[in-house]
Amino acid sequence: MSATPVLALRGISKRFGAVQALTDVELEIRPGEVVALVGDNGAGKSTLVKTIAGVAPADDGVIEWEGRPVTVDRPHTAQELGIATVYQDLALCDNLDVVGNLFLGRELRRAGVLDEVEMERRSRELLATLSIRIPSVRIPIASLSGGQRQTVAIARSLLGEPKVVILDEPTAALGVEQTAQVLDLVERLRERGLGVILVSHNMADVRAVADRVAVLRLGRNNGTFDVRTTTQEQIVSAITGATDNAVTRRARRAADRTEAAEAAGAAEAEGGGA
Amino acid sequence: MTTDLSENAGEPRETPPAAGQAVAAVDPRLLVREEGFAGYWSEFRRKLRSGELGSLPVVVGLIVIGLVFQVQDSAFLGAENLSNLFVTAAGTGLIAVGIVFVLVLGEIDLSVGSVSGLAAAVLAVLNVHHGVPEWLALLLALLTGALAGALHGFFFARIGVPAFVVTLAGLLGWNGLMLQVLGANGTVNLDDSGLVAALTNHYFTDIAAAYGLATLAVAAFFLASWRDSRRREAAGVPSRPLSELVLRTAALAVPAYVVAWLFNQYKGLPLAVVIFLGVVVASDFVLRRTSYGRKVFALGGSVEAARRAGIDVAAVRISVFALSGATAALGGMFLASQINAANQSSGAGSLLMNAIAAAVIGGTSLFGGRGSAWSALLGVLVIQSIASGMALLGIASAVQYMITGAVLLAAVVIDSLSRRTQKTAGRA
Ligand SMILES: Nc1ncnc2c1ncn2[C@@H]1O[C@H](COP(=O)(O)OP(=O)(O)OP(=O)(O)O)[C@@H](O)[C@H]1O
Ligand SMILES: [Mg+2]
Repeated sequence: MSATPVLALRGISKRFGAVQALTDVELEIRPGEVVALVGDNGAGKSTLVKTIAGVAPADDGVIEWEGRPVTVDRPHTAQELGIATVYQDLALCDNLDVVGNLFLGRELRRAGVLDEVEMERRSRELLATLSIRIPSVRIPIASLSGGQRQTVAIARSLLGEPKVVILDEPTAALGVEQTAQVLDLVERLRERGLGVILVSHNMADVRAVADRVAVLRLGRNNGTFDVRTTTQEQIVSAITGATDNAVTRRARRAADRTEAAEAAGAAEAEGGGA
Repeated sequence: MTTDLSENAGEPRETPPAAGQAVAAVDPRLLVREEGFAGYWSEFRRKLRSGELGSLPVVVGLIVIGLVFQVQDSAFLGAENLSNLFVTAAGTGLIAVGIVFVLVLGEIDLSVGSVSGLAAAVLAVLNVHHGVPEWLALLLALLTGALAGALHGFFFARIGVPAFVVTLAGLLGWNGLMLQVLGANGTVNLDDSGLVAALTNHYFTDIAAAYGLATLAVAAFFLASWRDSRRREAAGVPSRPLSELVLRTAALAVPAYVVAWLFNQYKGLPLAVVIFLGVVVASDFVLRRTSYGRKVFALGGSVEAARRAGIDVAAVRISVFALSGATAALGGMFLASQINAANQSSGAGSLLMNAIAAAVIGGTSLFGGRGSAWSALLGVLVIQSIASGMALLGIASAVQYMITGAVLLAAVVIDSLSRRTQKTAGRA
């Protein structure tokens, strides 16, 4: 755990119009570590993932890669660094076939021409390891089921030689066997020394594979927990921002409301000044 | 990496018993095609039902058009008429090739007519008024087209103006520039024995030329697909059986030799056809076999997915519009060659609509992400056949416009319907 983080986020903030989606978020991922990123719906998990992946760069804050600050302003830079991302909305091209999607943006070439044969061979191999049944790797993505698409998206992230893999709710649409395969895969990625960020709402999955759990709440860090020494209740209360008791929950809600109102007021003042 | 993963897949795990067999690569529900011709037939019927029509409607349409006009006037399918039809089609067809790229991207380019006229004017004025050698003037004209297209692409990709509006502005603007370039006189006549004149007037009279080209095309097609099939077999991925390769080659050989024979019945192999076919084959190669083409298709499927895959969206968009401008200019050279002049009506009239209609009639979708360079050839043959047949029968251009309009509408209806059936059949 003492190694330098392969990826570190320092004070990441991101705003969408009047919504302050992320405020001063910190996160560190070391090689061979699985960090689960959890939080309620709308907590800002996907937004954070997109800032790391260069899809929606942060407004403020620093991303450090292997100890030095880097600018990740477009997806290509993130890929070059070695960040592979599976997005919650999958981001596949419906009109391309499975092979075309898997290798999109990094097609294999032979004398300058697409090497369809090799790409098809590798696609079949890769999909077989993820235990997915796909009628054919040559049918358009549009004709696959949600889970099949998700597996294609996951397979896609493994094709480059990534150092950090970010999975945004990778098992949301998967069946029992495929979920098990993905969790196995996460463990194998860890064994190979990769850093993994796993976004999930499933506490059982998180506890099964994660080393640490980082909680986001309303766009802010709300604690980082070591999975071995923390109970599920502690994590859940960090997510909901309440202990398990209805009275404190109500009190906390009231506090949040004033906080949110203040934040909105501050944001407005800032917007007016800019 | 993948090998050590698959070793693990065989090991027992605390998952339901179904896990063991889950590695089977083929879904038992997948309808495997039968061997032999029965297989082709059932595959064909399945594709028809699920809306994957490809170029079938246009091929059927071409045959129907050919038969209808042939019944009316037996000169229609004669060597002279067909040879002229091909030569006349080349100019519009080349413009349609660029349109195919733009349509696959999911956009539209309304400026191609004006750009082709501008390029013709630039060529004529440089050559005739300024004494620039024809080959250089031709290159500069092509460059003009590419730059005009790149400018559209810039406003679309970098500024975010809808392509429809940018190219509509181009339609007006470039037409104005063309009038300006042509000057007060309005018409510049070209050297009638020069390079540009040769574009549509030169024929390779040796009968070996047409048959040679047909043989070359058929042989290259067979060898390429045979080698591909061998490599697939070696790599253990599905490949086409030899019988299917032979069948496909025959399907190409028959029209290739018939057309070659026809050309030889008249003046020989037209240079215009050689260039047009060359551009179509090259474009098809770029679209299907290069990563650039893959990017164009990806953008037509989902811009956001393409962007997240690290594709430089703006660069691809600008280059596609530049390419469309360049092919428009090239088409303009052929149209100028036909009348041996550049004049105020160059690139005007129904040219733009014919070029777009050709791409759509040929089977390229207006919705982006689906299409082929060959649709430019097939579509322009349909349009030119109608025009040529009507001219032969002495039917007024008013009726001709209405019929071409109806054919375009039919093509778009087929495109929309096939997209809808493909959706319900899970193919789009
Ligand atoms: N493109 C956008 N424009 C405006 N607001 C956005 C945008 N993307 C996200 N947001 C806002 O940012 C906040 C965080 O959204 P985000 O998608 O990151 O949540 P999440 O934690 O991934 O939630 P979920 O668990 O539902 O996936 C939400 O309030 C959302 O409305
Ligand atoms: Mg999310």
